[in-house]
Amino acid sequence: MKAAVLLIPLLPLASFIITGFFGRRYFKDKSHYLSVASVAISWILSMYVFIQVERGQTLSWQLYTWIAAGKFHVDIGFLVDELTAIMLLVVSTVGLMVHIYSIGYMHGDKGYYRFFAYINLFMFSMFMLVLANNYLLLYVFWEAVGLCSYLLIAFWFPKLSASNAGMKAFLVNRVGDFGFSLGIMLIFVTLGTLDYSSVFAAAGTIGGGMVTAICLLLFTGAVGKSAQFPLHVWLPDAMEGPTPVSSLIHAATMVNAGVYMVARSSPLFAHSHTAMLVVAAIGTFTAIFAAIIALVQNDIKKVLAYSTISQLGYMFMALGVGAWTAAMFHLLAHGFFKGLLFLCSGSVIHALGGEQDMRKMGGLRKKIKITYWTFFIGALALSGFPGLSGFFSKDAILSGAFSGGYWYFWIVALITVFLTAFYSFRLIFMTFHSEPRMDAKVFAHVHESPPVMTAPLIVLSVPTVVAGLFLGIPPESGHIDHFLHRVFAAAIVTPEHQFGFLSGSLMAISAVVGIGGILLAWHFYLRCPFLPAATCKRAGRLYTLALNKFYVDEIYFAVFINPLRRFSRWLWRIVDAGVIDGAVNGAGWLALGAGRLLRPIQTGKVQGYLFAMFLGLLALMVVYIILTL
Amino acid sequence: MYSFQQQVGFPILSVMTFLPTLGALAMLLLMRGRPHLYKYTALATTGATFILSLAMVWKFDQYTADFQFIEKVNWIQRLGASYHMGVDGISVLLILLTTLLSLIIIPASWNYIKDRELGFFASFLFLETGMLGTFCARDLLLFYVFWEIMLIPMYFIIGVWGGPRRVYAALKFFLFTMAGSVLMLVAIVGIAYLARPNQYAAPVFDLDQLQHAVFSFPVQMAAFLAFFIAFAIKVPMWPLHTWLPDAHVEAPTAGSVILAGVLLKMGGYGIIRFCIPLFPDAVVTAMPYILILSIIAIIYGALVSLVQKDLKKLVAYSSVSHMGFVTGGIFAFSVIGLEGALLVMFSHGLLTGALFLMVGFMYERLHTREISAMGGLASPFPVMAAFLLFFTLGSLGLPGLSGFVGEFLSLLGLFTYNKAMAVVAAAGIIMAAAYLLWMYLRVMFVETRDEKWFRLSDLNLREIASLAPLAGLAVWVGVYPDTFINIIQPSASHLINHISPYLAQHGDFLTRFFASLGGGR
Repeated sequence: MKAAVLLIPLLPLASFIITGFFGRRYFKDKSHYLSVASVAISWILSMYVFIQVERGQTLSWQLYTWIAAGKFHVDIGFLVDELTAIMLLVVSTVGLMVHIYSIGYMHGDKGYYRFFAYINLFMFSMFMLVLANNYLLLYVFWEAVGLCSYLLIAFWFPKLSASNAGMKAFLVNRVGDFGFSLGIMLIFVTLGTLDYSSVFAAAGTIGGGMVTAICLLLFTGAVGKSAQFPLHVWLPDAMEGPTPVSSLIHAATMVNAGVYMVARSSPLFAHSHTAMLVVAAIGTFTAIFAAIIALVQNDIKKVLAYSTISQLGYMFMALGVGAWTAAMFHLLAHGFFKGLLFLCSGSVIHALGGEQDMRKMGGLRKKIKITYWTFFIGALALSGFPGLSGFFSKDAILSGAFSGGYWYFWIVALITVFLTAFYSFRLIFMTFHSEPRMDAKVFAHVHESPPVMTAPLIVLSVPTVVAGLFLGIPPESGHIDHFLHRVFAAAIVTPEHQFGFLSGSLMAISAVVGIGGILLAWHFYLRCPFLPAATCKRAGRLYTLALNKFYVDEIYFAVFINPLRRFSRWLWRIVDAGVIDGAVNGAGWLALGAGRLLRPIQTGKVQGYLFAMFLGLLALMVVYIILTL
Repeated sequence: MYSFQQQVGFPILSVMTFLPTLGALAMLLLMRGRPHLYKYTALATTGATFILSLAMVWKFDQYTADFQFIEKVNWIQRLGASYHMGVDGISVLLILLTTLLSLIIIPASWNYIKDRELGFFASFLFLETGMLGTFCARDLLLFYVFWEIMLIPMYFIIGVWGGPRRVYAALKFFLFTMAGSVLMLVAIVGIAYLARPNQYAAPVFDLDQLQHAVFSFPVQMAAFLAFFIAFAIKVPMWPLHTWLPDAHVEAPTAGSVILAGVLLKMGGYGIIRFCIPLFPDAVVTAMPYILILSIIAIIYGALVSLVQKDLKKLVAYSSVSHMGFVTGGIFAFSVIGLEGALLVMFSHGLLTGALFLMVGFMYERLHTREISAMGGLASPFPVMAAFLLFFTLGSLGLPGLSGFVGEFLSLLGLFTYNKAMAVVAAAGIIMAAAYLLWMYLRVMFVETRDEKWFRLSDLNLREIASLAPLAGLAVWVGVYPDTFINIIQPSASHLINHISPYLAQHGDFLTRFFASLGGGR
């Protein structure tokens, strides 16, 4: 197993190095060979590791000492347990599918080799992130996946919007990482170690206020990476990147890192009720907040982006209410179906020659059948349609919130279920149904994507359908609950209970609400197509607010960015060049002036010097006489 | 009296230090008028010096804090000054950086300098002697001599081969540094006389003996301030930094590389080598104030970098910010912080050195350093874009590259002392990402501004060869920093052991006040 664990990240790294260095000159349009092959082997190895873990084998392995400075000691080491295994499963599967899909999607792009090099680097970093056995190593690869995200968002760098989006993603994440790094330091200062097992073993000894501080600082990092309010602003912009990237990084894997980190730190969070409540509150708020914005977006990828933010909010709500397993379950299910949805949207964009505005789509159902059906399945899963994976995972979260006594979170989450179903099917209906709204020429040109792109869609729709049935039945004590039981044993707050009448009714309620949302979308967009515009008009200001994403970006510019730039300019022009350098030059002028002032004395005439000497002597004598008197 | 330690069989420090001078003299005396030989001589000399320094690192014993490769000759007996050389882990790291950068700038300025090549290369060789001597000297007077030797070639490098405002910049650099050194000289003479065992004995300049001398608090304070101002100007610490942007902007590329890579390190080195062992009481008293200045430097440097229009000025101001981590790490007085500070120094030498090289390579092609005149360089120059990205990421502290390890340890040291300060300093890391990525965006990304650039060539092999070692080392430090930490560990622990009793007994109200602000030690 050690060899497998080592090879899983190293193969994509090797491929990155080779493709990155030699791709431009030698591989060109064959750059994907090595890239896909390496990830395919990593996938096989990940499956192997997953099966080993299933059989009860875990691994904790120190590879070498990374930093040893004074009392500070950090290893490069691996930890493989059930939580890691789940993450490996999602990352490697979606990763492999996205790699294959990209062969078709990125075909003919000038930066073909660069693209594959970057996503290989991403796979390496993401594998390492989930395999790390201590906080600092987690942080290292946390930043590394951020870097890949930056590079891939800004992949089409000649476009200003893409470059800006990449930079924004990095900077917003840095704000979160600022808290994360302080949290890590606080752990070290408090416990003297950063190793997961030692930290968790000592979690109970930290004490109330400190553990809350640590958890909240760690959570700040998660808020950044998993795009939670108020640091969610980078994710919608990140859609500037190629769609496979949106699918892999910004839906299925990297953005889950925050959820993973909080789940990993469950023994810490379990000691702080305050921190848990904050996590749940931020998550719940983000879930409904982003869902509202998703209702009115017209860009197909933006809808999915806000949906991702909203679904991640669900996961944090689950973590916050102590439904750890539910959060991981939803992470798994969401990874598959949202990865699928993004790849589908990419197929749609591909078919339309780059169009992303849903107002210029419509009627595509017949023309791109595979895309349509897989998209439909994904949307059903997202809406929580009974039987599909999203239904079971979402229901686990809802019942976790309810049975934990957080009925207020439950209500908000239920409303969000409704909104989610509505916007998912708004997307489906606007894109695939009704009459085509694009040029006839474009419509005539619409074609299904090549098999290399549709095959991943079909593959990913399998777990989208069956993952729930396979893992989530019976609810709350299904396969996944048993699988993850050991990891979260220390952090379970609410007593376990069997599936009963209450859970059954909750499940029925959420199913009904979800279906209600789908029906309303059908009513709005297919039966009475005039309704949306009329409703928007009636909603007035609320609609404008949602359409403009509640002006969060604008507020940040007005409150932070512009004042900071003005302040910096002031520092430079006034303080640096004016005051400090002014003083320096002033000192120079003073010396020069003093020299000028004294110059007339040095005439070179001996009479003058003698006279001065005489005066000096006289003065000294006077002083002497006065002092002796 | 003459002695040297038989570690390698010959006085390696002296040979290493004076080899560049030898090369320069050979150039001046034997090759006058044969310009094609200058570069090769310079390359051979710096190359040999670099190999010697590698040999020294190879033979260096990592398990002791004692000084090694010691050489001692009586020099000015009446004054008690001796030619005393020796290195410990702290100097070894910086010597390695010096010889590496001195070697790298030779190919980097292969075609850059067109006039008075003899003087140019000879200046750099003399400068290398000065720098190496400064890091090896174990005698205060000897140290001062080497310290001053550095000043003169650098003055000429800026003043002769610099940009349009070179005379102003060179003079400013000279006067700033001189002002500091004069103060330091007074303090050196002062403590040398005060350290005499009796009034008939010769003054004491030898550091081994001075280390055991105990000075009264007022003497310590006065001497510390004099030394510290000299070093703070070099670092440069806010608000003594304004010579730096001017000097960098006007200096030729190679001058900037050495200036940022090595000369700035003299400040941190001096503080570690002289201020802490000689004036422990004063150092501990000054600690909170210096930490505050360091944090101001981190934030101030970053903010001012954000609005710079000239690429070189941006990198120069970013140095002010990075150096804040050095002084912050040192004055946190913990092994972690000190080792962090030293790694920041080393890493800054690599990364900022490389950034200045890259600005030079861009200037050679585009004939501008204005950020607003660039844009979209990644399309015509993909290799350049990759290298700039690498060094930019290193500089903004991306884990896996050298910048991160040092900054993290330095912050951790600061965090252990005072949490509030560490929080403010850590905010500097966000800003570093902001000014560097925004710079990168405006320079490399976006649409290519000028179609003519497509006809220019990307980095050539010579240029890549001068950047690659720096990149390789940056990865090495980032991935396996233990190689370097092991070298400095004994010396750093020794120094912290030396200062910690003073730290424990010293508790003026301000230290306590700041400690209470953030939970404290």
